Amino acid sequence: MILDAFVQLGEMLVVLLFSPLLVGYVRKLKALLVGRRGPPMLQPYRDLLKLLRKDVVLAESASWLFRVAPYLIFACTWVAAALVPTFATGLLFSYAADMIAIVALLGSARFMLALAGLDVGTSFGGIGSSREMMIASLAEPAMLMVVFTVALLAGSTQLSSIAAFMQGPGVGLRVSLAMALVALVIVAIAENGRIPVDNPATHLELTMVHEAMILEYSGRHLAMIELASHLKLLLYVSVIGCVFAPWGLAVSGQGLAAYLTGLGVYAAKLAAAGSLLAVFETAIAKMRVFRYSDFLGAALMLGILATLLLFVSRIAA
Amino acid sequence: MSPLALDVAHLFAGGLVLVSLMLLYQDRMTGLINIFALHALVVSASVAWQAYIQHAPHLYITAAIALVIKAIVIPLALHRIVVRLGIHRTIEPVVGIGLTMLAGIGLIALSIMVMLPITSQAGTLAREDLSFSLSVILLGLLMMISRRNAVSQVIGFLSIENGLILAATGARGMPLVVEISVAFSILIALIVIGIFLFRIRERFETVDIHLLHEHRGEQP
Repeated sequence: MILDAFVQLGEMLVVLLFSPLLVGYVRKLKALLVGRRGPPMLQPYRDLLKLLRKDVVLAESASWLFRVAPYLIFACTWVAAALVPTFATGLLFSYAADMIAIVALLGSARFMLALAGLDVGTSFGGIGSSREMMIASLAEPAMLMVVFTVALLAGSTQLSSIAAFMQGPGVGLRVSLAMALVALVIVAIAENGRIPVDNPATHLELTMVHEAMILEYSGRHLAMIELASHLKLLLYVSVIGCVFAPWGLAVSGQGLAAYLTGLGVYAAKLAAAGSLLAVFETAIAKMRVFRYSDFLGAALMLGILATLLLFVSRIAA
Repeated sequence: MSPLALDVAHLFAGGLVLVSLMLLYQDRMTGLINIFALHALVVSASVAWQAYIQHAPHLYITAAIALVIKAIVIPLALHRIVVRLGIHRTIEPVVGIGLTMLAGIGLIALSIMVMLPITSQAGTLAREDLSFSLSVILLGLLMMISRRNAVSQVIGFLSIENGLILAATGARGMPLVVEISVAFSILIALIVIGIFLFRIRERFETVDIHLLHEHRGEQP
């Protein structure tokens, strides 16, 4: 119990410390791939520290909601990220919260962000919020279908039990899992506003989604929102790693060495996922807004199809 | 039968349903034909695997026929037809991809729900094959009614035949003579349809079959 609490605490610190590094790594690699030098990998930390020291400039029409929202967004995302087993299973809170709770926490964070985008009353914020909601209305059902697929297989929605099941011999070769993985990757790309859907590096008004919503934010508020978006990227990478590549997770009760190995393996997983993301983003062009529904619709279809196929194979098995 | 063998069979059959959905998702002619070649490739792999686990050597011949005729000959012929008709670059106006895909998912759910209860006496492999092949057949029919271009309708028709092969494989004991005659009638159907396509084009300067509707004789 005490150990679980310590692991949980370590987990919260790990996600907080690693997430800007992951973003910095992806940015650096993308710059190198297109032949530029790029900012150093520690740049996101410096940006966050600088933003924390700066004064907040508030719009005249901003209400209390505008000031409260960044902290709520950050808190929801942080809790959600800390619930995913990254380097060790058997977290203290993982028995109280499963994958559906993580989806719900992310949904609440998105709700706050969309409200904050609308609050000041500029047209940019409104556009950003409406686009974010359009993406969410397709991405969230797709994510839930993925959760259902994995839960039907593993018999549990707890990430720890799913990771244990995926390591066991009972998994076999399943087409549903491949479909769920593709659907989850599409959802992760869309939810984090990565390239085919949104470009995190531009402020071009016609295309942006996430940047449009936070255009009015500055100072420590902006730092909170930026950190929350870094955490969200780390969270999706961790969920994919935990469900589809659950090797090296330390189990409760093993010694310190197991935890250190888990941490090393987790860092390797992050580096692999970050490299794949950077290569993918360099190779592909951004999509038109009107095609989002086709892209995310494919994820939803894959999720539903994965669940349907599972019904046949479960009866057969 | 080992769980792994069943899993691989399930992988191929499920993959075939997925490729059927991908056919519905395409809006370009060249992509459509390439995905159809993939469809035939998956069905041939599925039949070959089932020949291996059922110890039924004659199924290998079925797989070979599917591979040669439907994954190589027919796609090449279709590519040539499409280029000669001058429609290889056209993007076909599909009526709402999202809506078509939703209908497709509904059809898959329907066929699974229909097939699983009535085949409860049969073996696991047959049940799986029958429910997936019904989905493939229904998706092919959906393709034929939701597309306006005659070439897409031909591809829908050919994908239905792939579904029938899957059903026949799972059912055990379909004579090889039947199989070969079905394959050849498909080939002859393709030739007839190809000639027909050129006739439509000569007459109306397009292969959009909506123009045929005026000639049905139903108008008052």
